[in-house]
Amino acid sequence: MNASLNSTTVESVIQRRRDAGSGALVGYLPVGFPDLATSVDAAVALAENGVDVLELGVPYSDPVMDGLVIQRATQEALKQGFRVRDVFTAVEQIRARVDVPVLVMTYWNPVLQYGVDRFADELVSAGGAGLITPDITPDAADDWIATSDRTGLDRVFLAAPTSSDERLKRTVQATRGFVYAVSTMGITGLRTDLDAAARTLIARLRVAGASTACVGIGISNPEQVHQVLEYADGAIVGTALVKALADGGVSKLAETAAALSAGTTLN
Amino acid sequence: MSLRDNTGPFFGEYGGRFMPESLIAAIDEIAEAYEACRTDESFQAELRELHRSYTGRPSIITEVSRFAEHAGGARIILKREDLNHTGSHKINNVLGQALLTKRLGKTRVIAETGAGQHGVATATAAALFGLECTVYMGEVDTQRQALNVARMRLLGAEVVSVTTGSRTLKDAINEAYREWVTSVETTNYVFGTAAGPHPFPLMVRDFQKIIGEEAREQVQELTGRLPDAVAACVGGGSNAIGIFHAFLDDPDVRLFGFEAAGDGVDTPRHAASIGKGRPGVLHGARSYLLQDEDGQTIESHSISAGLDYPGVGPEHAWLADIKRAEYRPTTDTEAMDALRLLSRTEGIIPAIESAHALAGALKLGKELGPESTILVNLSGRGDKDVATAGEWFGLFDEGARQA
Repeated sequence: MNASLNSTTVESVIQRRRDAGSGALVGYLPVGFPDLATSVDAAVALAENGVDVLELGVPYSDPVMDGLVIQRATQEALKQGFRVRDVFTAVEQIRARVDVPVLVMTYWNPVLQYGVDRFADELVSAGGAGLITPDITPDAADDWIATSDRTGLDRVFLAAPTSSDERLKRTVQATRGFVYAVSTMGITGLRTDLDAAARTLIARLRVAGASTACVGIGISNPEQVHQVLEYADGAIVGTALVKALADGGVSKLAETAAALSAGTTLN
Repeated sequence: MSLRDNTGPFFGEYGGRFMPESLIAAIDEIAEAYEACRTDESFQAELRELHRSYTGRPSIITEVSRFAEHAGGARIILKREDLNHTGSHKINNVLGQALLTKRLGKTRVIAETGAGQHGVATATAAALFGLECTVYMGEVDTQRQALNVARMRLLGAEVVSVTTGSRTLKDAINEAYREWVTSVETTNYVFGTAAGPHPFPLMVRDFQKIIGEEAREQVQELTGRLPDAVAACVGGGSNAIGIFHAFLDDPDVRLFGFEAAGDGVDTPRHAASIGKGRPGVLHGARSYLLQDEDGQTIESHSISAGLDYPGVGPEHAWLADIKRAEYRPTTDTEAMDALRLLSRTEGIIPAIESAHALAGALKLGKELGPESTILVNLSGRGDKDVATAGEWFGLFDEGARQA
């Protein structure tokens, strides 16, 4: 796979941070919130403030895995006229400004309607690294697996505390980039305590053969980032960033990202 | 192969299980338990006994000759699901899924509801089985179906008014999924229609197919032959698949599903997923879907909360594609006219949902002629819709305040 030789693949970036004794910070923001141009600036600000991998969300009408903060932001983006093609514009502009791998987090129907191949080809042209697909599993993703094999794009699937060992094994085999471990049984949102379930899940994913696994859902402060990186390769933060952007614009977002990023180097 | 033997997960290219990994274990658990229950005589016997002594099955059929005078003289026979306990066909499915919940050892159920009929049925079953119950209902629907909200609360259920998205049935399902992810260890999701991820389309159809099985016998007993046509309204499609299923392998029986056309299928305000949608994935299954070019779900519109859904069950999508069933539109106005007509000619006030099938049958009768017999699924009674009908027809005395 030629993409994996590139120095800025998702997996290589995460591994590099882990080899240096820490772990990666993965930051989520939706495209088009509060508008397309600001969402690009916001993503660039994340990269400039210590976020190692960007996760750009595609606003969708029925986001069943998102809590209220992200729902509000993505509904606002849709109200502002967000179009799926804006994702490629955003990825291209971000990649022109910062050398950070960009994954696109999307519910499945928008990809299906755009055309799985067409979506993948345009993502490659824009310089995107791959997709995170929260509402499909490898056993329902034959078309995407074939397309990502053809294009070399990363495909990040999710693993849950309730997943069986057998399913974890299949998920690890199907995944490229990193396995997205759902920290607790919940949807995106801020939580004060991180579930011990995350630690157990990461251990089970290691047994299932995962070389790179990141924890997401419920991580909102530097201490939690630090805590997660004790056992995982990366910490994924979404809601806290979206909230900062919504409350205080790009400057507040940059501050929040910098603070979270400090969590990757705490002792 | 017999069409009736299709058990999913795919119906043609429709159906499947497109779901977050966080819910897969729960869905696998339901699928496995249900597979066992399908052939477990003690489960089936318990359900039969509940239907006999609690639901009031078999439901009767009623020939409506005064109503049929407006249908070109065709014979029209109603399958009276409105007479079931709780007032609609929804109880058939809910008792089955409540029994399954007990077998899973779970103590709480959640459900989505549009018109409130499935919510009421679920709250009823929860009361009967001593389960905790939370029902998710779009804010728009809690307002237009206020009576059913009160019924659910009276039955001890918690009703959560969903204020995100279009604030109707699809958003109630989204919210129920979100809640299920966080409580899956103790909670079973009692899904109300023959849509969603496998095994729900199969399971809900199996629990509803008793409608058609009974009606097929009853109509033959009354008329000496099978009906020429079977008509039902289609939102998600549970009452329709319930009455269609027994007739799938009777090639001379035509099957008609009537989708809610709202203001008209050529306006933006309708809920005709098969008529005007195209295939996509929503709520865990691939099926016809009202969506824009980008795959964003388009909000549906119907005067009937129970049909106000932008998707449809996968088995219907398949039956439409293979042309085994035909799907046609009924507008708000046509449905309301049929509601009034049945009320005045037969003394039966139907649910607005079911009135879509009645309106369709009036046209079908003229099309099929006076020698034809049409079986219509009267899926629910109209008590819950009296406020809507009162406003629509201007039946309230001036100055009288209605809740």
